Amino acid sequence: MLKWYELKEGIRFAFSSIKANKMRSVLTTLGVVIGIVTVTLMATVIEGLDRALKNSVQALGSDVIYVSKWDWFSDTYWKARNRKIITLDQARKLKERMTTAAAVVPSAGTWQRTVKFGSNSVKCNIEGTTEEYLKVTGVVPERGRFFNALEVEHARPVCVLGHDVADKLFPNLDPIGRTVKISGKAFRVIGVWEKEGDMLGSSFFSKDSQVYIPLLVHLKMYGSRQSIEIAVKAADPDNKLETKIELIGLFRKIRHVKPGQDNDFGINEQDFLTKTFDSVVNVIAIIGFIITSLSLLVGGVGIMNIMFVSVKERTREIGIRKAIGAKRRTILGQFLIEAAAICTMGGLIGLGLSFVSSLIINEILPSVMPLWVVVLSITISIAIGLIAGFLPAFTAARLDPVEALRYE
Amino acid sequence: MDTLIHIENITKVYEMGMEKVHALRGVSINIHKNEYVAIMGPSGSGKSTLMNILGCLDTPTSGLYLFNGTNVGEMDDNELAEIRNREIGFVFQTFNLLPRSTSLHNVELPLIYAGVSAAERRKKAEEAMRSVGLGDRMTHKPNQLSGGQRQRVAIARALVNHPSIILADEPTGNLDSKIGEEIMQLFSRLHDEGHTIILVTHEEYIAEHAHRIVRLFDGGIASDEIIDRQ
Repeated sequence: MLKWYELKEGIRFAFSSIKANKMRSVLTTLGVVIGIVTVTLMATVIEGLDRALKNSVQALGSDVIYVSKWDWFSDTYWKARNRKIITLDQARKLKERMTTAAAVVPSAGTWQRTVKFGSNSVKCNIEGTTEEYLKVTGVVPERGRFFNALEVEHARPVCVLGHDVADKLFPNLDPIGRTVKISGKAFRVIGVWEKEGDMLGSSFFSKDSQVYIPLLVHLKMYGSRQSIEIAVKAADPDNKLETKIELIGLFRKIRHVKPGQDNDFGINEQDFLTKTFDSVVNVIAIIGFIITSLSLLVGGVGIMNIMFVSVKERTREIGIRKAIGAKRRTILGQFLIEAAAICTMGGLIGLGLSFVSSLIINEILPSVMPLWVVVLSITISIAIGLIAGFLPAFTAARLDPVEALRYE
Repeated sequence: MDTLIHIENITKVYEMGMEKVHALRGVSINIHKNEYVAIMGPSGSGKSTLMNILGCLDTPTSGLYLFNGTNVGEMDDNELAEIRNREIGFVFQTFNLLPRSTSLHNVELPLIYAGVSAAERRKKAEEAMRSVGLGDRMTHKPNQLSGGQRQRVAIARALVNHPSIILADEPTGNLDSKIGEEIMQLFSRLHDEGHTIILVTHEEYIAEHAHRIVRLFDGGIASDEIIDRQ
């Protein structure tokens, strides 16, 4: 194909030609610049979105199965509504019988109860659970500690505060050891969770605005007719399926579900959420990609147009070069390089602009421009240049030298 | 004497729409090493066509063209380009320099296409420029040079690859008579140094610098005579 010296010479001439027509070159690259900016920004934002969504459900744990009366994602609300509640007794039976679980942790929750300290008061969700809760996701309180087995067994009035709750109730004091009132009852604060951040875009579901108390206390305070949620952590994180199968089999027996009948309880996993996110994000990505590709296409057409003009303008010059001994492929290469150079310049400018923009976007939605996007952009720019420039370059290469030299 | 160019019964026919134009009708010439030939003729005589064929810029419709013993008629595009690069040095009436490059770079161009290394190229180009008296104008662009200087750059470019023949098409056509004469002196010097020169012109007083005048008329050779010189 092209020899090294021809390549170097081609690049040299490409840049002198671009420099000679600065305004025109800038306007030509505009299409590519805009195309690259839109493609890269879109990819960066989607990557950030994906990461944010996945991070927000990290707290659920990837090897944990949640058994509940409700299904997290489904259109079976009516079915679920009529299900019998899950009782603590059933949870205990499950715990005894499971062999492939690292932990079986029952919990109950109520929403928006008042928690007071002194003149500070805040409404939050109250979660009741056992000391094994720490095993579910491995998170430990930032300050103080979680309940121990005795406190759970004897239903002691102790609590662990979510980060934001602690901030609101104790802006200047250390909460550990203090007494707060939860729905009027006195509880001693023994721990504070570290900040978890929003889950699914809201702080409602994250620990930050929750208060944890022992399960038996919860049931006594808010009624034992609540449905219990059971978190089952797989013994082997790589074999969650085994745990899931055993769990479903055992629980059906415990709840006397007849063979052939659907489960009368919900099995929920973080997977469902991440899979749903993935499919949604993928659809957004594909649509976004198609739309942004259109702008790149427009950019490419612009390049092709200008290259045709450039070839026409330099007909005489092409004739001279051929007369002096330039072969067809040399002329072809020269114009291809020029087109690719303009496009690459546009691509780099576009990358620069979108990088700066991504820093700004990062303030709103934490996102980092992935390396593959950078590499892809540069590759696409060069490719567009070569494809768009091919036809004009081919025309130039085939010019008859005698005719070309006569051209005014 | 070495026969550099052997042309036998060359014809060239152009199709202009429905009409056929017979630019050359069976031309035969032999040109030898170190000859200084002027090809003359009025407009339409076919001298430009003959020059293009001699310079391997165009191929004849029929006939034989042996350049240094090789049959040019059977060559493909790339081979012709190579011959143009290595064996032929063109000098045009309108100079035909690349306007955005320095004169040194213009002179280097044939060497670039010949694949010569950068250092070697520079040396040869500088040498060529000095030989035409422009050693101090190497970084000038064509628009910073006078007409005579531009033509000298073109001649330096034509010489840089040490071609077998120099082909000049109305080299003084765009220059005033005094500068034109200087250029013709340069050609005479080159001829004395051993170069083979083919000059195409319609001016009698320019043609008289050569040693042999071939006159074309209506696509054929009208006369071919050696001029006696003191």
